[in-house]
Amino acid sequence: MDEITKLILDSVPFLAKGTAYTLGLSLGSMVFGLALGFAVAFMRLSPLRLLNWPAKFFISFIRGTPLIVQLFLIYYGLPEFGIRLDPIPAALLGLSLNVGGYTGEILRGAIGAIERSHWEAAYSIGMTPLQAMRRSILPQAIRIALPSLGNTFLSLLKDTAIAATIQVPELFRQAQLISARTYEIFAMYISAAVIYWIFSTGLSWLQNRLEKRANRHLRSR
Amino acid sequence: MNMIEVRDLHKTFEKTDVLKGIDLVVKKGEVLAIIGPSGSGKTTLLRCLNLLEAPSSGSIRVADITIDTALSLSKQKRDIRKLRQHAGFVFQNFNLFPHRTVLENIIEGPTIVKGEEPAVAEKRARYLLKKVGMANKESAYPSALSGGQQQRVAIARALAMEPDVILFDEPTSALDPELVGEVLAVIRSLAEEHRTMIIVTHEMAFARDVADRIIFMAEGRIVEEGPAKEFFSDPKKERTRKFLKTILEES
Repeated sequence: MDEITKLILDSVPFLAKGTAYTLGLSLGSMVFGLALGFAVAFMRLSPLRLLNWPAKFFISFIRGTPLIVQLFLIYYGLPEFGIRLDPIPAALLGLSLNVGGYTGEILRGAIGAIERSHWEAAYSIGMTPLQAMRRSILPQAIRIALPSLGNTFLSLLKDTAIAATIQVPELFRQAQLISARTYEIFAMYISAAVIYWIFSTGLSWLQNRLEKRANRHLRSR
Repeated sequence: MNMIEVRDLHKTFEKTDVLKGIDLVVKKGEVLAIIGPSGSGKTTLLRCLNLLEAPSSGSIRVADITIDTALSLSKQKRDIRKLRQHAGFVFQNFNLFPHRTVLENIIEGPTIVKGEEPAVAEKRARYLLKKVGMANKESAYPSALSGGQQQRVAIARALAMEPDVILFDEPTSALDPELVGEVLAVIRSLAEEHRTMIIVTHEMAFARDVADRIIFMAEGRIVEEGPAKEFFSDPKKERTRKFLKTILEES
C-alpha cells in the first residue's frame, strides 16, 4: 500500500468526525436559521414600526458584514460582556443568525411577490389574515423562495468551514490539523473538498426534488 | 324582504371620488345587473359590498349583518368576515388557489372557515361540480383548465359557502369569446333558481335576458335603474341612451 493511501485511511476517523460536526452545524443552523427567517420576514412585513424596524436593521447588519466578523464578535467579543460561549454553541448561534438574516429577506420578498388578488380570494370566503397567509400565501411564497433558500443552505454548508477560525473541530479544521502533522497538505485539503462537494451535490439534488414537487400544479395543459 | 341595503355609500381613492353616494336595495331572489362605462365605479361598488374595498362612508347590510362606517371598520372585522360568508364573490380573473386541486379549492372555505367535516364539504363540492359541469375535473389543478372552466370552478367555490348573495365582477371579461357562453349558462341556471345575485357585466344581451333589474352607473352615481326589458327598450335618461348607443355600435 503506498504511503498516501495509508495516510488517507489513517485520517478517515478524523475526517469522519469533522464531517459529523460540519453536518450537525449545517443542519442545526438551517433549522434555527429558517425559523428565525420566518419571524424576521413577518416582522419585516408588519406595518408596525416597532416590529419592522428592528427586522430591517437586523437584515441589513447580517447581510452587510462578513460572516467571519460576526462569528468573532460572538466568540471573542461577547466574553467582554461576560457572555462566554463554547465554540460549537457560538458557531451555531452565529450561523443561525446569519441564515436567519438571509432567509428572512428571501421570504419577505417571496411573500411580497404574491399578488393581492390571492389575498382577496382568501378574504372573499371569509378567511382571517392568518388563515389566508397559512393556507394560500405562504405555500405559494415558499415555492417562489425555494431556489434562493436552496442557495442559502448550500452556502451555509460550505460556510461552516469558517467555524474553524473559532476552534470548532469541523471538517476543514480536521484537514488543517492532519496536514500540519503530516505535511500531506494537498491530499488532506482535496479530501475535505471532495466531502464538501458530495454533500453539496446531495443538497442540490434535494432542492431539485423539492422544486419539482412544489411546481407539480404548474404543468401545462 | 330586502337582502341587501346600501345607504349613502361613498368611496374616495386619494382625492378621486369613485362613488358619490350610492343607495341600493336588492330584494331576496332578485337578479340585479350593473352596467356602465369603465371608470363609472361599478366594480368598486361591488367590491365595497363585501368590503374588499373599504368604503369611505355609508352603511351596508347583507342578510342580517350591517357594516357601518360611522364605527371604525377595524372594530367590525369579525362582522366583515361573517358578511363575506354570506356574500360569495366571483372575480374577473377567477383567483382560484393555484396550488390546490379543483376539489380542494371548493372545500377550502367550508372546512377552514366554517370548520365543516371534510367528508360533508366534499359531498357538497361534488354536487356543485356536477352542477357547473366540471364533475370530471375534481383532481385537476387550475393551471390545467381553460379560463371558462376555471371560472365555473370559482362559481362552485363561491356556492360552497352557501351564501345568501353572489356578487359577480365582470365574470366573463377575461375569457376568450368562445368560452363566454359556458360561464353565462351557469350564471343563468343560478338565476333560474332565484338566487340573489348582483352581476357587473358588459354583456348587454345577457343582462337583459337574465336580470330582473338593471342599474346604469356613470361617474360614481346611479344614473338610471329599471326592470330589465323596459330599461333597454325605453331608457329614460340621455346619458343612458348615449351609453347604450355606443355599446350597440361596438357590437
